[in-house]
Parts: sequence; structure tokens; C-alpha cells
Amino acid sequence: MSDATYANQTAYLRTTPAPAEPPPALAQGPVAWARQNLFSGPVSALLTLASIAFLVWVIPGLVRFLITDAVWHADSGEVCRANQGGACWPFIWAKASFFWYGPYPESQHWRVDLVEVVGAALIVWLLWQGAPKRNVAALLFFVAFPILSFVLLRGSDWLGLPVVTTDLWGGVLVTLLVSLVGIVFSLPLGVLLALGRRSKLPIVNAICTGFIEIVRGVPFIIVLFMANFMLPLFLPEGWTPDRLLRPLVGTALFAAAYMAEVVRGGMQAMPKGQYEGAASVGLGYWQTMRLIILPQALALVIPGIVSNFISLFKDTTLVAIVGIFDFLRTIETAYNDPNWTSPTTSATGLITAAAFYWVFCFGMSRYSQGVERRLRAGRRH
Amino acid sequence: MKPDGTLTMSAVAASPAARTGSDYAVELAGVHKWYGAFHVLRDVNLRVRKGEKIVICGPSGSGKSTMIRCINRLEEHQKGNIVVNGTELTNDLRRIDEVRREVGMCFQHFNLFPHLTILENCTLAPIWVRKMPKKDAEEIAMKYLTRVRIPEQANKYPGQLSGGQQQRVAIARSLCMNPKIMLFDEPTSALDPEMVKEVLDTMVSLANEGMTMLCVTHEMGFARQVADRVVFMDAGEIVEMNTPDQFFSNPRHERTRLFLGQILH
Repeated sequence: MSDATYANQTAYLRTTPAPAEPPPALAQGPVAWARQNLFSGPVSALLTLASIAFLVWVIPGLVRFLITDAVWHADSGEVCRANQGGACWPFIWAKASFFWYGPYPESQHWRVDLVEVVGAALIVWLLWQGAPKRNVAALLFFVAFPILSFVLLRGSDWLGLPVVTTDLWGGVLVTLLVSLVGIVFSLPLGVLLALGRRSKLPIVNAICTGFIEIVRGVPFIIVLFMANFMLPLFLPEGWTPDRLLRPLVGTALFAAAYMAEVVRGGMQAMPKGQYEGAASVGLGYWQTMRLIILPQALALVIPGIVSNFISLFKDTTLVAIVGIFDFLRTIETAYNDPNWTSPTTSATGLITAAAFYWVFCFGMSRYSQGVERRLRAGRRH
Repeated sequence: MKPDGTLTMSAVAASPAARTGSDYAVELAGVHKWYGAFHVLRDVNLRVRKGEKIVICGPSGSGKSTMIRCINRLEEHQKGNIVVNGTELTNDLRRIDEVRREVGMCFQHFNLFPHLTILENCTLAPIWVRKMPKKDAEEIAMKYLTRVRIPEQANKYPGQLSGGQQQRVAIARSLCMNPKIMLFDEPTSALDPEMVKEVLDTMVSLANEGMTMLCVTHEMGFARQVADRVVFMDAGEIVEMNTPDQFFSNPRHERTRLFLGQILH
């Protein structure tokens, strides 16, 4: 009905159905896309040009350093010392085993490999949404895998595996171990702390709030030192905790305090009606939390949880200050090796370390985005 | 008749057996409640016989929702006694659980669990509270979903359903616990007009099957059709109570007349 027919009309009755029409044609193709997204106005055009100029300035330098001017094959640092303008990749190849295993005895490397392969397989099984029997994977990963790892990595004379004490563990092995233990323990601990902080019981509430505020108010380095020097004081005499166990406990507790606040944020976003709906059908406190509130609250704060995991993963580099030989520490030790001294050795090592951390963190980020997308698709509201 | 429910007492007195407490599904005696210093419930007395249907109306803020929320202890009363199905509500958590298992409730905003499917919403409490095997719980859930006429939505999520459908799921969810008493807290107030009827029809059929019901609602047609008594509350007290016939045709209290004048055009 056009505007003309509106004129001096108070009553109207449709006699023919309005025809269905396709939406107006949208401009398509790369030129239209660029016009819409890159050059939609003078400011946007200016920004686009500035960005292109910046990339043109940066990328060739990076490509020269990392690829074209880099040394790719050499048996010692000689060639790298002669070549000042590019990365020294042979250094990485030569030290790869040291980065991965640290000072772990070479004849026993297969034990580390086995643990890592089993762990990786279980993690894929656990995290892959469509995988069958994920509860079996969970059981294996959270119960069987830690025992297997401990026995294999540490060894036992009884099984005929030479004992490798934890001061010989290092490199990627230790970084992954500290991160994994931190991630696995910080989430459930954080959930308990968050529940405690929201509890109406005054003592539980005070203990949880106090713990969270004290741990969050202290630098991570101090928490690590405290775990290192004070943990033995809390335990019975003659029972010295392992030197690797101490920072593990410190990391998990530190991460849990942050996790608790993220989880609490999610719980506060739950409408009161959810608690009332659960109460009205007779669910108790723990059932309400486990079946109704936490599944929704945790799904809501996945970005915050993963953000904490990512921080935790990178913060593991700090365990080096209490004498733990983590991945970054092996890089640092390696580029101080006089055989490989060259102007670009340390930069090459640090770029490699950065790439390693980035790959893991980016992986976690992408995985969490996938989970969020799936949760949204499932509920559609 | 006095506004505290004496009408029922005298009506019930005709049959001697009915005088025992066990004939009452819900008894509120001298119930008071305060929010801080604000006195929301003032000396509320109400006895509901088994199988009786009560409609509670009144202006907003009159305490009608608070009153029925006290019956399954979503709100705590501070003075007086509430006995539900023979169990007196105290701070004893076991008694509260006992009462909640026997009392179903539907809310204005449904309060379905959005992360669970319709079927899971219905089977959750039977499985976790009644410890029923999953298969049996699903069978019962499908029975009630069929009864509220949405069995085909069982595997969808609440967010994919219309308001009227969600409220019917909420009714089915309550029924899966096989409650003796159903509480309705303005079940149609948040619905689009064209969906009110489907929910009311479900409630009428429930009433016809003999369920004890307490409904806070402004649907006066529903009150006329199914209520045994209409309770009018204002400023935290029960002002008037009568059969729907008498209540609508012959309101006695000034405040009742004013209220009815405002809602019946």
C-alpha cells in the first residue's frame, strides 16, 4: 500500500495478501567489500592507509631477521657470530632436547615422552566435544594419569626404573606440569572459595574472604617464596615437601584466589528465580549449586576463566626464582652457553620461547571460543 | 463471616470428621512477617482444605505473593504457625525439604532452567530429590508434558519456547514431583495476551482433577470458574474472603469494592 492510498483514509481492509519479496540486493564482490569496510569515509581511509604503511614498514624487517637473513644450518656458533642480521636457528636445533627435557637423564627421555603422549591423548579425548565416553577420559585423566606420570617420571627401584629426583626435571616438562597442576586445581578450589565467600555461615565466609583478599593482595613472587620457605613449617617435623611440590602448591593457591572472584562474578549474575525454581522442586543447597547455578555461572564466565588459565600458564615462568628449571630458564641457560654466543642467539631463544607460550595461550583462547559458540547454539536465547 | 477465615471453619464444622487437622492441606495461623521494619504480613489466618482451590487477589504490594511464598518457605515468616500437609514449617531444614517435596510452585517468570532441555527440566527433581531411575523419570515427564500438550518440545531448550509454552512446562515440571498442593504466583502476568488462555486451561484441568491449589492471580474469569473461595488481601492482611459468587456480586468491605471497581471494567 503506497502513501497515496493513506490519504483521508480511516478504515482499511486488506483484500489481497501482501506479496513476499526478496531483500534488496546487497553490493557484493571485493571492491564493494573494501569500499564498505576499508574506505567508508575519510577517517577510515586514512586509518587504512596508515595501517598498510605500518605493515609495509614492519613486515620486511621481520621476514629478513627470521627467514632470509637467518642462519639455518651450522654445527656451532661460528656462523651465527659472523652473521649479525638474522636469527640463529641452529642454536635451537642443537638445544631442542635440552629445552624439552631440561637436565633429565638422556637415557630416560622415553619416560617423559610416554607421559606427554598419554597426557596429550587424554586431553584431546577430554576436550573434544564429540568424543565418546568423555567421563571415562575424565576418570583416566584426573585419577590414573597423575599416578602413572608420577611413577614414570620419578621412577622406582621396585619397578626397575631408575629414580630421577625432581631437581633433574626441567624444560617444557616442568612448565607443562606446573601449568597443568595449577589449572586442574585452581578451578575446583576457586569454585569452593567462591561458594564460601557467598556463604551465609560467618566463619566459612570470613575464612574464604580472608584467603582471597590476602592471596590477591600479595605479589605472586612472594607467594612462591612463602610456599618455598613456609610450607615445611606447616607440616609435621621430618616431612620436607619436595622442592618442586612447593611452588606447585603456591601456584595452585594463587590461581585459585583469582579464579574464585571470576566464578563469584558469574554466580552473582544468576537471577534469584533460578535459586527459587530449584528450591521449589526440592533441590538442596549442593544440588542447586552443582546442577543449576554452577553450570550456568561457569558458562557465563568462560572468558574470565580462560583468561586466568592463560595468565597462569605465563606466570609459571616465575617459578624459576625458587630454583625450578622451567622452559624459559632452559632457554636462558642455553643462550649463555659460550659455544653459541652470538649477537642474535638470545633474541632467537626468546622469540622461540615467545612462540611456544603464544601457541599454547592462543590454543586455549580458541578452544574457549569454540565452547562458548557451542553453548550459545545449544540454548539460542 | 469474619475476614480471618471463620467461614471455612463453620462450613467445615458440619462434618465432624473434617475437624481434625489432617483434613487441611495448608493452615496459616496468626502469621506475621516483616521486611526490616516494614510489616508485610499482618495476622494472616487461612485454612485450606484438601482439594480446595483458593484464588488470592489484591493490589500490588498487598502481601499476596509473600503469603504463598511462605507456604513453601521461599520466604520465612517471623510469627505465627504454618502447617503444610501436617508438617509445621520451622527452621528445621528437613521439614522444609519435606514440605517442598509435596508442594509444587509456578512463578510469574517461569524460572525454568535455561541450560537444560524441557525434558531435563522435568526429570531433574524426580531423579535427584526422589532418587528415581532416569528411565522412569523420563516416562513420567513425558506423561505430564503430554498432559500440558507439548510433548513434541521435550528436547528443546526453554529459550526456544513461547511464554505460554514455558509456563506449561513449569506446571509439568512441578507435577513430575507428584505434589499434593500447587502454588501459582501470578502465572499469567508475564504472558502475551494470546497465551493466557492456554495456561489457564491447563490450570482449570488441574483443578478439575482435584488438586489443592492456591493461586495469586488477577484472572477473575478463572476465579469464577474454579475457585472455592476468593481471598482479597490489602496492606498485608486478609480483608475479605468469600465464595466467588458472593465475592464478586456482593463485596462487603469498602477496600474490596474499590479494588473490584478498578479491575472489573
